[in-house]
Amino acid sequence: MDIGPIWRAMLKNKAGFVLIALQIAVTMTIMVNAFAIMQERANNTARASGLDEANTFALVSASFAEFDREEQMTLIDEDLALIRGLPGVKSAVATNSYPLRQGGWSMALQLVPGNQTADSVGSAIYFVDEHGVDTFASNIIDGKNFTPNQVAWSAEDDDTWPAHAIITEALGKDLFADEQGSYVGKTFYINDNDPVNVVGVIEKLQAPWPSWSGVEKSMLVPQRRPWDFQRYVVRAEPGYRDALMPQIEELLSNSNNDRIIRDMIIMEDVRENAYLDDTALIKILSFIVGTLVVITGLGIVGLASFNVSRRTRQIGIRRALGATKPAIVRYFMVENFLVSSIGLVVGGILSVALNIAMVEAFSLEPLAWYVIPLAMVALWTVGQAAVAGPARRASNITPAIATRSS
Amino acid sequence: MFRYYLKLSILSIRANPALSALMVAAIAIGIGAFMTIVTVRHVMSDNPVAHKNDVLYHVRLDNWNPNEPYDEPNEPPEQVTYLDSTALHEAGRAFRQTISFKSDRVVQPEGEDAKPFQQEIRATTADFFAMFDVPFQYGSPWDTAADRSEERVVVLSSEMNQRLFGSEDSVGRMITMNKELYRVVGVLADWMPIPKVYDLNNNPYEKPEGIFAPFSLAVSGEWGSSGNNSCWKPTGGGYEAYLASECIWIQMWVELRSASEKGAYMQFLDDYVEEQKTLGRFPRELNNRLDTPAEWMVYQEVVDDMVNVLLSLAALFLVVCLLNTVGLLLAKVMRRTNDISLRRALGASRSALFSQYIIEAGMIGVTGGLAGIGMTWLGLRGIENVFSGYDFITYLVSMDWTMVLVAVALAIVSALGAALYPTWRACSVSPATTLRIQ
Repeated sequence: MDIGPIWRAMLKNKAGFVLIALQIAVTMTIMVNAFAIMQERANNTARASGLDEANTFALVSASFAEFDREEQMTLIDEDLALIRGLPGVKSAVATNSYPLRQGGWSMALQLVPGNQTADSVGSAIYFVDEHGVDTFASNIIDGKNFTPNQVAWSAEDDDTWPAHAIITEALGKDLFADEQGSYVGKTFYINDNDPVNVVGVIEKLQAPWPSWSGVEKSMLVPQRRPWDFQRYVVRAEPGYRDALMPQIEELLSNSNNDRIIRDMIIMEDVRENAYLDDTALIKILSFIVGTLVVITGLGIVGLASFNVSRRTRQIGIRRALGATKPAIVRYFMVENFLVSSIGLVVGGILSVALNIAMVEAFSLEPLAWYVIPLAMVALWTVGQAAVAGPARRASNITPAIATRSS
Repeated sequence: MFRYYLKLSILSIRANPALSALMVAAIAIGIGAFMTIVTVRHVMSDNPVAHKNDVLYHVRLDNWNPNEPYDEPNEPPEQVTYLDSTALHEAGRAFRQTISFKSDRVVQPEGEDAKPFQQEIRATTADFFAMFDVPFQYGSPWDTAADRSEERVVVLSSEMNQRLFGSEDSVGRMITMNKELYRVVGVLADWMPIPKVYDLNNNPYEKPEGIFAPFSLAVSGEWGSSGNNSCWKPTGGGYEAYLASECIWIQMWVELRSASEKGAYMQFLDDYVEEQKTLGRFPRELNNRLDTPAEWMVYQEVVDDMVNVLLSLAALFLVVCLLNTVGLLLAKVMRRTNDISLRRALGASRSALFSQYIIEAGMIGVTGGLAGIGMTWLGLRGIENVFSGYDFITYLVSMDWTMVLVAVALAIVSALGAALYPTWRACSVSPATTLRIQ
């Protein structure tokens, strides 16, 4: 249709159109790269930890008097008996950490004894008793849970590792990458030379560090540690959590005055803290993209309005010569479509270039291909919507204006 | 003449209130977004000991696993073992030296109702305070003799002193931690190094610990480290075995006043490691490092990559806002081509037109810049809001006069930059062409 004349008219006012095309190109570059980051972060925050998050909470008991080993063990046993005896408690365990906590213990594992090497596989360590599997809501997909006699207190001056472990499927996959069949019954080495036998495999239990690339690799170790600093994780029956929390805090505080109970926290808050950066970044980027689109949109409206008023007389002449209102509207729409298209093609190239640079400099994930056409469609729509108003105003110019002198 | 142009500019700006507002808003928002990120980054990357950057050095020794480096490519561990830190500290070969780690104790305030609370403590040595220019409100640091005698003394932060003693001069008073008594020898004035340069291995953006106690005292009391700890080989059970292990958990800094002192200390470190090698330790090649605070901050990446990503996106955002303004200014000029032609025909010189249009653009720039300061303030409040889960965020979002001045300068420069092309176009309109059509 009338692309030819429109194009030639645009060439007469190159600077203005080059500017708007550039603006659209840079807008698209920001949009695409911001979206890629947002998507990566949103995927991270959506990962399940493996816990029954809605019903689980944790607390810390820190002893500050001189407890000897035996006294500390008794205290832990009493605390657990107290907690487990409460109605509404599904399961509870004393452990060193839990998923999303952002602090914990990791060890290097290997298939042959000796110092760790580049081939060693890192894993998060959770010290638990036979209640660990249930408290962490872990689904055993192979093998079985620890039996009570596999669980023992750590010895006083001996750091030999327990001979049994339950591993996550992801850990098994990485550790026994070259082997066939069930992981149950297989042996690996920890602490350089201590052999460990896999007794069970669980579907999912994240490591405490959500930003670690090996976050799905963790293992349960059937050992209890009589530290003066204990973390209790409690899984409640649905509906009991909120009532149990103050109750447990009070019971434990009163049962022994030589320790403090602190850091009582529900898993939903643990998750929020763990992904604070990600959610904040998503909010900041959405704000930037939103504002940007509004500014670019308003810029297009402004420029189109200028163009319309500058060309009032020409439009009048065209109308007088028989151009219909829709033809005038179409003129401005097509003009905007052409400018946008040039901008978006340049923008596509710039987006990919910036993404490559960012992946290089900041080790981000590369962009998904479909983000580019998506951004193009979005910005085309914004452009057409922005130009619609001024275009309609242009079409309302009366043919009679052609006869007036400006 | 200037006042006349000013008047013309105001008239012209007023003639298109919506578009003028759009231009001002675009500049303000662009500057606001950019300056928000610049400000946060400026605070995060600040070097709190910049004035001592040429004399303070962070010490690293490579006692790591022969099979693989601590970090690629061949970086020695970020911290030092107990064996090495105490041996080097004892040798005292630097002008000043300090070794420290983070721990925690339960403080029991006086009074029947007062509840005990867990408190982060820095176990460190006497030179720490002088090396990092820690300001004292009352009393003074313990002396180096106390480092050796395991004296039961502590230094309190001003906040801790406020909490325990209501801001009185508490020097000589006693505090109870884990049922043991300690004498207060000093109280700090307000001190907030951002980032926490002396311990970047743990969170670099947190307040200094509330209590400082002698390193030797902490070790004799078997205090554990609550900071980062890494081991590459089995340690054996118990605290003694831990002290004798190859685990790294102590931060070491030295003060060396000249290049020759630095050279001599490096030589001393190398000799020390060579000697240890004969005892069967240090299986890797000689790889000792002395980093200045600035170098150490870069190595530890105190400024999160995401801040840099945001900075580049915000810079592009500013570019979009400026392109927007250039486009609108240009359109405005094009629309007034007739005016301009007429004025040129009536004898207005190019420089007169240039002044007039640059003044108009300058006014938009200044207004945008001033509004941009407000936008920056809003942006920082926004950042504070989305990060409200971090207690420390308040300290990272403060605006200072330098940043305000940078914002205004940036606004004016960018607005004038944006005005150049449209103004040039305006001035190059020839007197006759447009008149002829009329």
